[in-house]
Amino acid sequence: MTAHLLAELTVFILAVFVGFEVISKVPTTLHTPLMSATNAIHGIVLVGAILVAGTADTPYAGIGGSVVGFFLVLLASLNVFGGYTVTERMLDMFRPKKRPSPPADTGR
Amino acid sequence: MSASATALANPVDVAYLITGVLFILGLRYLSSPKTAVLGNRLSAVGTLIAVVATLTQGIVNWIVIGAALVVGAAIGIVSARQVKMTAMPQMVAAFNGAGGGAAALVAAGELLKYVNAGTAITYDVAFTSVLSAVIGALSFAGSIIAFLKLQELMTGRPITYPGQQVVNALLLLAILVAWGLVVSGVTPVLEWFWIALGCSLVLGVLFVLPIGGADMPVVISLLNSFTGLAAASTGFVLGNNVLIISGALVGASGTLLTVLMGKAMNRSITNVLFGAFGAVKTSTSAGPSGGHNVRSVNPDDVAAMLAYASEVIVVPGYGMAVAQAQHSIRELESQLEKRGVEVKYAIHPVAGRMPGHMNVLLAEANVPYDSLYDMDDINPEFERADVALVVGANDVTNPAAREDTNSPIYGMPILNVDKAQNVVVLKRSMASGFAGIDNPLYDDPKTVMLFGDAKKSIDSVVAGVKAL
Repeated sequence: MTAHLLAELTVFILAVFVGFEVISKVPTTLHTPLMSATNAIHGIVLVGAILVAGTADTPYAGIGGSVVGFFLVLLASLNVFGGYTVTERMLDMFRPKKRPSPPADTGR
Repeated sequence: MSASATALANPVDVAYLITGVLFILGLRYLSSPKTAVLGNRLSAVGTLIAVVATLTQGIVNWIVIGAALVVGAAIGIVSARQVKMTAMPQMVAAFNGAGGGAAALVAAGELLKYVNAGTAITYDVAFTSVLSAVIGALSFAGSIIAFLKLQELMTGRPITYPGQQVVNALLLLAILVAWGLVVSGVTPVLEWFWIALGCSLVLGVLFVLPIGGADMPVVISLLNSFTGLAAASTGFVLGNNVLIISGALVGASGTLLTVLMGKAMNRSITNVLFGAFGAVKTSTSAGPSGGHNVRSVNPDDVAAMLAYASEVIVVPGYGMAVAQAQHSIRELESQLEKRGVEVKYAIHPVAGRMPGHMNVLLAEANVPYDSLYDMDDINPEFERADVALVVGANDVTNPAAREDTNSPIYGMPILNVDKAQNVVVLKRSMASGFAGIDNPLYDDPKTVMLFGDAKKSIDSVVAGVKAL
């Protein structure tokens, strides 16, 4: 194992602990949005997609390669934009709204 | 990551660090409904910072990258906006699959770079690139099957065949062997890599096929965690900390959620994944309607029962979601409250298709979240309730889970609906639930059934209450 890998492994393991710690505080009510939010977060693989498909030494060159590169970035982009939009929509419903049931006041 | 300890940090790595912090804060803020929106936005800003920073890193294929970004964003945003709240689980599955597929292709591309340049592949890169490709491909293929099952494009029933476990074991073995060959640099390295990737795709499909639709939430959560780990692994391949951190966060979160869901169903994760749960029961439930002796009533009877009750507990399930009945239920609640009836909602942890699925739907219909009760809080309350109104929930109300040791769901914590003075069950037909088992609740003398689409039934009940 290289020193470099060890340094990365350290970051990984600490992040796992932080993950458990932070996630265990999320109430059941919010588990569906949580699943969706973490789903959007792993869309960060878009960074890897851009690095692999976009640089001069990309293996995804030529016509066929470009199609693969395009598809790769598209998948990651879909994950990011779709993921955050869906989560936002779910969470919107938990926002305290102006009570839309005025009949309760006028009715009696 | 420079070789020298004194060299200045690359600004891009600083940007990645900020992204990592924003992700952690974002998840932290998800712990309360009040700050959750902010949390999600912080994470989104984090992603934006990382992507912009990455675009400064010698990108030349602007047309391909730009076009893919825009098209991906357009499809993602439009489908996320238009999807119905009930179809949310399969939407999450689809986006998750996209992420998994991307991780696999990133790993493949990075390995190809080494091969094309003719440089020796280090053990680290060989090991982690196969790891990302394998987990990413598994998640991609598995998510597609989960999507098809939930979207009902294929049967939600478990698909089983003889020798299933043997085939899976052989595939896993093939993956491990190919992986070993790539790491030890046995030529042709690339071919071994593609074999590992191909086998993972097949394994992803075969692994989800025997899992029933009711268990899909657990599967999606697990696959979500897989994609996180695949992303983290591409971080090792690329030497990129932000991928490592975010992948680790998602992996941890997915694992924790999966375990929590397993607990809520009182089943081990192994049982969910390999138990082929419904398979046994499809045979036992062959003639469920035959032996039933149920009382069917009309909406006006139900309206009268509810209107003259003092406490009503609503038990929503997947049937409510399918029928989009949450708004009608909210309307019923306000009609009843006007008459002084106390209305509470009992939420089973695995009601619906995702944990908290019912909470999301009821929140959509403006039901205040303090009238939603968890299973443990509401169970003692059923004895005091005049009516338990079960709307499209089945297995989570099945008393057999408590009493019948032979029942396949014996031991699963349930809502004690049968303790209420009266039980009204809204159901489309006498068909059994996702688990495919009989529910003795329906034969209980104090239970009445109102058959039909949940939304139409509730609307008729509301009309009945108004007319009283």
